[in-house]
Amino acid sequence: MAAVVDPEIRVITIDELGILRAVDQDPATGRVTVTITPTYTGCPAMDVIRADIRRALAAAGHSDADVRTVYSPAWSTDWISAAGRAKLAAAGIAPPPAVTPGGAAGAGTVVPLTLAVRCPLCGSAETEQVSRFGSTACKALWRCRACREPFDHLKAL
Amino acid sequence: MRQPFDFALALGDDALVAAQRLGEWTSRAPEMEEDVALANIALDQLGAARLLLTYAGELEGAGRDEDALAYLRDDREFRNCLLVELPNGDFAVTMAKLLLLSAYQLPLYAALAGCADERLAAIGAKARKESAYHRDHAALWVRRLGDGTAESHRRMQAAVDHVWPYAHELFAPWPGAPVDPATLRDDFDAYVGPVLAEATLTRPADGWAPAGGRDGVHTEHLSYLLAEMQVLHRAHPGAQW
Repeated sequence: MAAVVDPEIRVITIDELGILRAVDQDPATGRVTVTITPTYTGCPAMDVIRADIRRALAAAGHSDADVRTVYSPAWSTDWISAAGRAKLAAAGIAPPPAVTPGGAAGAGTVVPLTLAVRCPLCGSAETEQVSRFGSTACKALWRCRACREPFDHLKAL
Repeated sequence: MRQPFDFALALGDDALVAAQRLGEWTSRAPEMEEDVALANIALDQLGAARLLLTYAGELEGAGRDEDALAYLRDDREFRNCLLVELPNGDFAVTMAKLLLLSAYQLPLYAALAGCADERLAAIGAKARKESAYHRDHAALWVRRLGDGTAESHRRMQAAVDHVWPYAHELFAPWPGAPVDPATLRDDFDAYVGPVLAEATLTRPADGWAPAGGRDGVHTEHLSYLLAEMQVLHRAHPGAQW
């Protein structure tokens, strides 16, 4: 179960990304229930993630597994594990700050400005945001002024 | 008539129609980054719409799911505000629309996050984080265009003047709703006012206040939007793609 990877960021598992909330097994029937949550409400990868979970469980002998989707508590980038952050960085995706000050946009008034996002390729802090919206709902597009390479940044939410 | 179903439907329709309009920019935005940004915002709106319409269908209890509500209703059965159905216009109009919409949706979703209805609270808690990005993005462009060249200033002011009357409908009192939209107006004004000032734009005077969307009385633009959005599903009922 923990080996299922995110279909759009294939270096990180759904557990490390923090979208796998629980795996429960009914002691009487043996039926497995998996609880997941989306990063963004419109995340188009959710159907693929559900299918991948079912496939992994079927391979482990649980073909009647139930996959539930919950929205509360809402996912934030604080749910990404330390191992997940390291893998993102290794794959050239700058991870979000470890702890989001003030609970990200939780107050509903201020979008946090991420200061000093380090280039995942050369490590320089001389970077700039090109666009707040990137190739997937959860990423922003940045550029490194030192090595001139563009890179993805998993934006704080 | 004004049941929880109507409330979830109204909010869901706002998000759905906004998503459809924003999606029209895909491949046509002024620059590639903006193309991606508008598509991302459309996707967020669509995500909220799916949750809200699914919930509305459950509240109604007549067996309608999100697809039945999105694809099999005519314009008179839609409850979205008029603002979201207005044509995109130029980029300034789109940003003016997005500023007003997000400055309404953000405090709305934030208030929903604390409401007694657990499902709406969960949707609100999720969607408000996304709305914060939408509002920030719109405000950035309104400032940049308003305080830009003479031509960008002229077009941004014209856009704000054009859409401003449609903001009033968003805050029409709805007694008994999980969140009464009338309570959100102060938050809206407190945000939009300074953005317009920083953008060197003039806040339009309040006057004409078109409404009717919440009662299913729309502008002519909605039926054309729905025709495009619904044609595939109506031609091939139940199709998956």
